[in-house]
Amino acid sequence: MIRSELIQKIADENPHLYQRDVERIVNTIFDEITDAMSRGDRVELRGFGAFSVKHRDARVGRNPRTGESVQVEEKHVPFFKTGKLLRDRLNGK
Amino acid sequence: MGEKTLTRMDLSEAVFREVGLSRNESAELVESVLAHMSDALVEGEQVKISSFGTFSVREKAARVGRNPKTGEEVPIQPRRVLTFRPSHLMKDRVAAGNKG
Repeated sequence: MIRSELIQKIADENPHLYQRDVERIVNTIFDEITDAMSRGDRVELRGFGAFSVKHRDARVGRNPRTGESVQVEEKHVPFFKTGKLLRDRLNGK
Repeated sequence: MGEKTLTRMDLSEAVFREVGLSRNESAELVESVLAHMSDALVEGEQVKISSFGTFSVREKAARVGRNPKTGEEVPIQPRRVLTFRPSHLMKDRVAAGNKG
């Protein structure tokens, strides 16, 4: 399923809404999650999962092609942990 | 950083502000977005949200695990796990926003 298919499903269920409003609604949800993480906040969606930011220390990496050592700066990366309900549903529970 | 935790309420508040719907309907829409994504994943489908990221379901084989406290061996059944791969845009925005 891709973004446009998700928008279509929501639009089909809500015939009273304009398609462009459904697009704005779906985009707002994903933008809000990204914005929260870029501020360092967590987004916890019970039953679905939680988005958070993890810190990665600086390290010496290696260019896999040349074998050359490169300094990798410390950074923050997005992380998702699946919620219990969804994990159970994936396994038919 | 990591001071605040947002919930469904914050997402529906954002939808409420963005589009002229009631708070109630905004909350229902947030719920149905999550429900449609969950249903697709449970069906084994990949959910690919451009410029956000991709959720995919992976099959894990059975293996023998160990209770780290007692050292006892326990069988771990084959299972399906969900992985999220953030888009480049999200990675860049999260890295930039949390810098320094």
